[in-house]
Amino acid sequence: MSMGSDMYRQQILDHYRNPRNNGELGDATFSHEGYNPSCGDELEFDVKLEGDGETIERVAFRGDGCAISQASASMLSQKLPGMTLAEVKELDRDDVLDMLGVEVTPMRIKCAVLSEKVVQDGAKIYEGEADVDQTSTEDDD
Amino acid sequence: MEATEQEPLDVESIRADFPILDREVGDGAPLVYLDNAATTQTPEQVIDVFSEYYRGYNANVHRGIHQLSQEASIAYEEAHDRLAEFIGADGREEVVFTKNTTESINLVAYAWGLNELGEGDAVVLSEMEHHSSFVTWQQIAERTGAEVRYIRVDDDGYLDMDHAAELIDEDAAMVSVVHASNVLGTVTPMRELADLAHDNDALILGDGAQSVPNRPVDVTDLDVDFYVFSGHKMAGPTGIGCLYGKQEVLEDMEPFLYGGDMIRRVTFEETTWNDLPWKYEAGTPLIAQGIGLAAAADYLDDVGMDAIQAHEERLTEYAYERLDEFDDVEIYGPPADDRGAVVAFNVDGIHAHDLASILNDHGVAIRAGDHCTQPLHQKLDIAASVRASFYFYNTMAEVDALVDSLDAARDIFG
Ligand SMILES: Cc1ncc(COP(=O)(O)O)c(C=O)c1O
Repeated sequence: MSMGSDMYRQQILDHYRNPRNNGELGDATFSHEGYNPSCGDELEFDVKLEGDGETIERVAFRGDGCAISQASASMLSQKLPGMTLAEVKELDRDDVLDMLGVEVTPMRIKCAVLSEKVVQDGAKIYEGEADVDQTSTEDDD
Repeated sequence: MEATEQEPLDVESIRADFPILDREVGDGAPLVYLDNAATTQTPEQVIDVFSEYYRGYNANVHRGIHQLSQEASIAYEEAHDRLAEFIGADGREEVVFTKNTTESINLVAYAWGLNELGEGDAVVLSEMEHHSSFVTWQQIAERTGAEVRYIRVDDDGYLDMDHAAELIDEDAAMVSVVHASNVLGTVTPMRELADLAHDNDALILGDGAQSVPNRPVDVTDLDVDFYVFSGHKMAGPTGIGCLYGKQEVLEDMEPFLYGGDMIRRVTFEETTWNDLPWKYEAGTPLIAQGIGLAAAADYLDDVGMDAIQAHEERLTEYAYERLDEFDDVEIYGPPADDRGAVVAFNVDGIHAHDLASILNDHGVAIRAGDHCTQPLHQKLDIAASVRASFYFYNTMAEVDALVDSLDAARDIFG
């Protein structure tokens, strides 16, 4: 049928069922968690930086929530290694939607962007530019 | 519930009063509106009264000598009489118009709570309160040093009344409990709670947001001190709610908002308050909305609150039983034949929001999330649930549409 069901393309479902980089990093440079109150989605990302202190070497995440939030986290976790923190902070909503490759209905955008916001806030806290305990999709950008 | 000997409602002709129910959503799916616990639809009769006001006699109330103001004032004041009658209050003195249930609770929390609560006092809530009561009392307690206690909800979704009797002791100053849960559908023994409260010189506030729309309510029988509900959940307009308060309690209480209309006499030295209920309605009130709400009460009484309750019980029981046939569906709350018109559930392996998105493609509008009851969801140990909630214009065929469209979600996620 229309929009809503279109979100659940094979790729999204595959990442939801078999999340990539799911777990923890014992040697994380920083970790950060976030919450989407409208869905109850939770995500926590661990990020390990390379020796330059700028480039992401590896990430892992743990989460619980809807297919959109969890698939988005899984896909982002594949995209991040090799990016610099500066590049991560430049990511915006459209990058996330492009990455997902499906039309996300307006009421579900918050689910889609939670992972991006968590990693961005984590990067900002690490670089001393922000101070938040937990990212929330309600604190809008 | 007692077996109801009601004539079945003529739902088809009722639906003709609600043009919105004929619309389609998405790619032409007929709307199946099952989110009535969030907001109900509005019949033509109420919309007409609303627009008659703006077309015919829009003016400020209590202020003008001119005819329009007189007409508006009379209609607005009589709307209070109408709502008093609708819930069994003694008269307009006991009915304050507010914006919604939330504001009604806040009014009591600020005007009564901030002044009367202190260390050593307890506010007794249940574990299934809506955030409108939960958060409000939590904050007022923090400011006043009062303690908040939560009456346990048992595994079947009922209030543990032994626990209630334990918590409502001589320290209890306020008991604030939902009358019909917006998640579990549990109907609480409000009168019994009121007796417990009064035996301990506490006041009681009943949250009637999910009961006034759906079943006959008589605040005098319930013997509650305060009772609160919203117009937009009872076929009325948005932006209007009610606070019922016993006259002697409202007389003793301080005002909530200060300003025009709520005063009798103002001098440079002091101010005296207007009569009830105007003492609690500062500034230009919700005139069109109040008049519209009275029209909603007329409409509901024409349909008949007993008939509404009976029809909703049939729908709810049917929905529960159909959903209960599936092993992958978990339903929360009391059994099918003992609940308000809501059924909250989860389908194994499908997050509530994913389910709601897919059902939306089939025209089925339901709520997904925590339904403003995060503590209850923490207790149930779930992040979210989906909730179907019914009103008297819903049909058995719509319940079937809900249940059948779950298969579409199972196909995607299966
Ligand atoms: C039980 C209950 N209490 C309070 C409220 C709050 O109502 P409102 O949002 O109209 O203030 C609701 C509905 O959202 C409710 O279901």
